[in-house]
Amino acid sequence: MPSSEIFSIITFVYGLATLLYVFSWIFKKNFPGKIATAVTIVAVLGNLTGIILRWIESYQMGIGHAPLSNLYESLIFFAMTIALTHLFIEFRYKLRFIGMIASPIPFLAMAYASLPKVNDAIQPLIPALQSNWLITHVMTCFVGYAAFAIAFGVSIMFLLKPSGDVPQSGIVSRIPAFDILDDLTHQMVMFGFLFLSIGIITGAVWANQAWGRYWGWDPKETWSLITWLIYASLLHARLMRDWKGKKIAVLSCVGFIAVIFTYFGVNLLPGLHSYQ
Amino acid sequence: MTKSSNSDGFAHQLWEFFASVKLSVFILLSLAVTSIFGTVIPQNKNPLSYHQKFGDVLFKLFKTLDMFDMYHSWWFRFLLCLLTINIIVCSINRLSSTWKIIFPKRPSFNINRFRKAKNRQQWSAQGSVEQVKDRISPWISKRFGRFTVESSANGYLLFGEKNRWTRLGVYAVHLSILLMVAGGLVGSIFGFDGYVNIPEGASVDSVLLRGNQPEVKLNFKIKCDDFDLTFYEESEMPKEYRSRLSIIKDNQTVIQKDIIVNDPLRFEGINIFQSTYGKMPATQLNVTFTEKASGLIYNKKATMTSPVEMPGNSGTLIIEEFRPHFSFRGVTLANTFLCRMIPRQGDPKHIIISADFPRFDMMRQGDFIISISNTDFKYYTGLQVTKDPGVPIVYVGFLFMIIGCYVTFFMFHQKICVEISTDSGKTAVMAAGISEKNKPGMNVVIRRLSRQLQKLT
Repeated sequence: MPSSEIFSIITFVYGLATLLYVFSWIFKKNFPGKIATAVTIVAVLGNLTGIILRWIESYQMGIGHAPLSNLYESLIFFAMTIALTHLFIEFRYKLRFIGMIASPIPFLAMAYASLPKVNDAIQPLIPALQSNWLITHVMTCFVGYAAFAIAFGVSIMFLLKPSGDVPQSGIVSRIPAFDILDDLTHQMVMFGFLFLSIGIITGAVWANQAWGRYWGWDPKETWSLITWLIYASLLHARLMRDWKGKKIAVLSCVGFIAVIFTYFGVNLLPGLHSYQ
Repeated sequence: MTKSSNSDGFAHQLWEFFASVKLSVFILLSLAVTSIFGTVIPQNKNPLSYHQKFGDVLFKLFKTLDMFDMYHSWWFRFLLCLLTINIIVCSINRLSSTWKIIFPKRPSFNINRFRKAKNRQQWSAQGSVEQVKDRISPWISKRFGRFTVESSANGYLLFGEKNRWTRLGVYAVHLSILLMVAGGLVGSIFGFDGYVNIPEGASVDSVLLRGNQPEVKLNFKIKCDDFDLTFYEESEMPKEYRSRLSIIKDNQTVIQKDIIVNDPLRFEGINIFQSTYGKMPATQLNVTFTEKASGLIYNKKATMTSPVEMPGNSGTLIIEEFRPHFSFRGVTLANTFLCRMIPRQGDPKHIIISADFPRFDMMRQGDFIISISNTDFKYYTGLQVTKDPGVPIVYVGFLFMIIGCYVTFFMFHQKICVEISTDSGKTAVMAAGISEKNKPGMNVVIRRLSRQLQKLT
């Protein structure tokens, strides 16, 4: 089976997982939640298989390279990193609610990748991208993006949860306690910050190797720095000024807008990072 | 900074100003917001294109604010400078007060703080206090570097501590920023970023800098022996740009190397990168003037950018530029010369001469049909030539940043205490931990610790 077919099936598997998480959430049932987790694991395995197959296919075409070179491939990799991070949190912190907010993201990313305007052909690598740094650079950046995406989802939950002594009912009442959400946002931001830093640094080292400069203020570089600065402010405000809760949730959302712009928006601006 | 007299009142205030974390957050966010402008306004382009794009008023405003090269503007540098001072002052301030906590002569434990800790766990154990102490001591001392036992009124206090040094992680991160700024400064003072085009077979010993700066003379010659461009099969996508370069010093070839985009040549602290390539005509060109009225043919030798006398004293012709591709009335012409003709009488005009079609100039309806032959095209390689002695400093900064972030975020200073006491004939055990930075993490540590100890007791 060609990788492209696997990816279209996986898109629906991610969709199914999302439905199951929502179902388990609304009807307070544990069992569909367990199935949702299992379905997500299947989706991740399928996603990984597809990526490996696409890698092999590129070698069969004689233009072998890691499938991390254009928007389509990046979206598919992004979907997998998000799902993996989500599973990690679910097992580590025993929080199934994370599936509610995390599982739609891989589904949406895969669905976006399958739009006709996103070129899904395996293309040869332009000379600038022919480097071993490609894999390290792209992977670390995307692990960072994934952590920030989940921090964003948790922050949105935080902002949706009614505060104070208002009698809580309906779906929002099942959002976990504020301090759990707050701590999880912080954990994810720290994790994302470390990986974004490594991503920027590997990019800088690579740029120095390919073009003789480690920093050139190209739009993507600048936007990754903007993202880094916003999250750095968040960490300082939290650790040093004891900001908690709502303020941090808002900053985490602002940071994620910068992530989205670093990822997609920069395509609107000229530069080497714009996906063709 | 507790003492304050009138004379150092201002200095004190200034110090306090720079020691504030509010200032840090303000600078970080200011850098983030202002950086956006430079991604929206293209940087370092031709002033004329800016004027066309933004109009007179905005153009003047942006020009005053250095918006067209904003990352090198005085105000952006000022922000970076503020950040540097802020980091230094904050670090000195905090380090001077926390140094004694981080490296105490005699670490002390206050049992009451542990007894009040929210994460404390209690259970009762089998055997006497001595037996329990002897059973769990090895387990704790193996996992906590600093381990002490004290006896109390009715039992023992076991104290363990580890990762005290991780409190320095945040200073590593701050130092990394200072190193990057310092490395950048060293690079901009002692380094350069130049470029040079070398035709196949030719050599150069100097490179051009961007902007209107003087060229840089090298201690050696760079010779381009060969340039190759390969495409992917059945496609127009370039696969590889490869230049075979020789470094010639004192008339001797020292190094010969093929460079490609991700594999530069480094020699005496100077880096040579494959950047672009192009096609250029030979230096000696043949210009043919065919007089329309008489059909007479005049041949002249010419070089780029120097004027050629036209026949019959009718004016001069300057071949100004060569374009491998030129868009003319919607058609792309290959190998085109852009020339300027200055007639004896009348205004100068721009004319286009195609190297591939000698009769192209007929269209112009002039007195002469001009063509250029003997073009003998050559490929040239476009190299980027840089020197940046700041790179090692920046790279050390990178290392500090990664290690520092990891230590700061994922390791923490842990202090634990296990109290073993007799209470009306029974042996009771209490375990608790203190961490300034990571309380949830400490809770996890204590939960695991007490689970293990309960198995042992």
